[in-house]
Amino acid sequence: MRVMAQMGMVMNLDKCIGCHTCSVTCKQAWTNRAGTEYVWFNNVETRPGQGYPRRYEDQEKWRGGWELNGRGRLKLRTGSRLKRLLTIFSSPVQPKLEDYYEPWTYDYQTLIDAPLGDDFPVARPKSLITGEDTKITWSANWDDDLGGASEMGHLDPVVEKVRRESEDAIKFQFEQTFMFYLPRICEHCLNPSCMASCPSGAIYKREEDGIVLVDQDRCRGWRQCITGCPYKKIYFNHRTGKAEKCTLCYPRLEVGLPTVCSETCVGRLRYLGLFLYDADKVTEAASTPDEQDLYEAQLDLMLDPDDPEVIRAAREQDIPDDWMDAARRSPVYALAKKYRVALPLHPEYRTMPMVWYIPPLSPIVDLLRDQGHDAESAGTLFGAIEALRIPVEYLAELFTAGDTDLVTGVLRKLAAMRAYLRDITLDRERDESIPASVGMSGATMYEMYRLLAIAKYEERYVIPTAHYERAHELEELGCSLDFDGGPYEIGESGPFGEASGRPAPVAVETYQALRDRQTAGEAASSESLRGRVNLLNWDGNGAPTGLFPPRGEPDAPADEPAGDAPGGRR
Amino acid sequence: MSVLLWGILPYVMVAVFVGGLIWRYRYDQFGWTTRSSQLYESRLLRIGSPLFHFGILVVVIGHVVGLFIPQEWTAAVGVTEDLYHLLALGLGTVAGIATLVGVGILVYRRRTTGPVFMATTKNDKTMYVVLVAAIIAGLATTVISVFGPHEEVTYRDTVSPWFRSLFILQPDIQAMSEASFAFQLHTVVGMLLFLIWPFTRLVHAFTAPVHYLFRPYIIYRSRDGRPSASRGIRRGWTAVGTPDRTSDRRVPGPGPNAVPGPGNPGAGARRKDRTGGGTR
Ligand code: HEM
Ligand code: SF4
Ligand code: SF4
Repeated sequence: MRVMAQMGMVMNLDKCIGCHTCSVTCKQAWTNRAGTEYVWFNNVETRPGQGYPRRYEDQEKWRGGWELNGRGRLKLRTGSRLKRLLTIFSSPVQPKLEDYYEPWTYDYQTLIDAPLGDDFPVARPKSLITGEDTKITWSANWDDDLGGASEMGHLDPVVEKVRRESEDAIKFQFEQTFMFYLPRICEHCLNPSCMASCPSGAIYKREEDGIVLVDQDRCRGWRQCITGCPYKKIYFNHRTGKAEKCTLCYPRLEVGLPTVCSETCVGRLRYLGLFLYDADKVTEAASTPDEQDLYEAQLDLMLDPDDPEVIRAAREQDIPDDWMDAARRSPVYALAKKYRVALPLHPEYRTMPMVWYIPPLSPIVDLLRDQGHDAESAGTLFGAIEALRIPVEYLAELFTAGDTDLVTGVLRKLAAMRAYLRDITLDRERDESIPASVGMSGATMYEMYRLLAIAKYEERYVIPTAHYERAHELEELGCSLDFDGGPYEIGESGPFGEASGRPAPVAVETYQALRDRQTAGEAASSESLRGRVNLLNWDGNGAPTGLFPPRGEPDAPADEPAGDAPGGRR
Repeated sequence: MSVLLWGILPYVMVAVFVGGLIWRYRYDQFGWTTRSSQLYESRLLRIGSPLFHFGILVVVIGHVVGLFIPQEWTAAVGVTEDLYHLLALGLGTVAGIATLVGVGILVYRRRTTGPVFMATTKNDKTMYVVLVAAIIAGLATTVISVFGPHEEVTYRDTVSPWFRSLFILQPDIQAMSEASFAFQLHTVVGMLLFLIWPFTRLVHAFTAPVHYLFRPYIIYRSRDGRPSASRGIRRGWTAVGTPDRTSDRRVPGPGPNAVPGPGNPGAGARRKDRTGGGTR
């Protein structure tokens, strides 16, 4: 047994309101650069819907992920290594920009420069790729909230599949529609096919926390990983010629902060925590013959951090005690393995994804309520879960390779929790038969409810900090946040084309400062931050110097000290 | 002149080529990439790129055989002069034409596909001029050898001995000056190509990923023991916005992807220019 730690995420889909805050904050933090305009490390898809890039789940076409060969061994869907090398000069199935969308901006300058006239000037859309006028025809969430579903709904590969396999057609008529949101980031898989496709070996999994990263210095732009990832969560930066992907905000995690998408999630539906898994068994688990057994196989990889055998093996692998402690308190382990309500997305791709989802009960609840039923009673809900085949089959295609029993089981647990808790809230007698009907005790069910409904920040995000041998180096290594003097003019092409030249690594101390700010609970003072306040580490208190343009009043000092401003925000 | 071209230039070329490659490999790992343009266009690329690459690989092998292996050796294994020429010229012509057509498609694609043209740097253009010139001159030598007046001395008596003599640091300038003009031109352009090679995207050929065949699929790497700190200029970061391609203009305004323009200190984001990367 080789125990390894993996930082994992669980998203509770019932709570997602589809606000895209996570996507936007992630983009602002990581991919607001030229070359990554179309890159969304986090995106939120309306399902049913085509997803991003369009129809990425159609692996017949895109050939992402793994399959089993005749001898039952794992093989990349794109073929053998040799075959991939021979087709390296032009990748056979790489999505083109049209499959994502052509990013654009608006010609705002005309609004300012247009001469006085009878007509209002218009800011025309301009392509960010060609600089020419463009017509906006698609985006990362064009079919948001089922927009255009009556014409395009059938293009969802999952809809296609469910239609093929069941008699009833999924209808996109208003009264009968179900809908939910699916926020997606890189899955930080245990058996990543992006990594396996990379000819240079530039993609790696961190031993300490399982985060999958692209070494920007070793990536040579062979762009095979784009095809390899079945979730299409690795992107090609078309300016630098390198692949980029979600980093699970590792600089934040290392200092104990949750990822940007988790931190800013409006529905507070994301959970971050550790899994312990047996690295020696991953390939075996991913080669499970029956696709519908992959979920169980993946769950079996997850080790119990209270098991003495696991603890001993973990010590052998030098997993620190505070990490073991975090693993015991891990909310993701609890949701995935203890309560068994979190499911992996598309386990049939055989990459062993480490972002898990609690399937949404709300489409069913909503349908019931719309039909005038009591959507909180266990009996009605259980009946509806059985009766509403289409939503269940759809969810099963997403999360359990089509095994409807598994999805039904999870939904029944969620339904039971609803019904059981209603009695508690209304001070009625607890009906212990409800948790028993889904194989849980009342106490466990209440525990699960607490984690799903009222868990606070520290319970939702259990993130042990990184161990550095030389901890003192985490202290300031210099004033890294200074940005005086035209920093916007830099970053042009190096002598050998875009982005050549020396690397500039991510600064940990920035995040140390950020965490200190966030947990300090006091107003920004120039002492604690040594004058280094920017939008990233500003906590909203006070008005630090330089963050805002000086006030217009002639008598107001333009340079008042940070934190002393009486009005706070301006 | 002969001394300069055939006695000095080769050594300058080697010094710049090797030195440049080593220097670039050490200094500029981040810029060492194919800079694939398949995201923009793939229909023409799908034809042109394999045609060109397979062609040029055969051409490279042909050069190695033709230049390194002396006539006596091939004769010794029973390959007659005529057979050798038939093979070399036949294969050389086919590969050469494939390369030329391939590169033609690639250049046509670069010129006519808007996004690809926008992404073409001056560096690329220079590289293409020299590359295409080398290919055309090379093909010309082949064509002349086949259809031109049959000469008594072939390149195996002129260019190859000269080439091999370079290695013992006693360049056989005499031999090379007797070669025909086409060969001389091709050799000079070839040397020029190698001179600029380390400074163009062509470096990608030297990291051809053959080791992929032998490595394990899953790679674990330990996080760097030392937290990183950064100061100074961030590579690979340019603001989003159409005019950013011309460095003298400013970003017009926030596009859908929130442009960090003046007054919007996206400093935090700006630092993380190497997001995909991480510690090494
Ligand atoms: C065996 C080693 C080589 C491999 C694996 C390789 C692979 C590649 C790849 C993947 C691309 C990117 C195509 C795209 O998606 O846009 C490319 C482009 C290119 N390669 Fe190579 N290459 C090799 C050798 C060479 C050699 C020896 C030369 C020239 C002497 C060369 C010249 C070029 C050129 C000019 C381009 C740019 C094509 C364009 O976009 O216009 N390559 N190569
Ligand atoms: S989801 Fe992430 S780790 Fe998994 S294959 Fe795709 S890019 Fe790689
Ligand atoms: S921020 Fe949260 S609620 Fe909003 S779309 Fe993202 S995951 Fe859903």
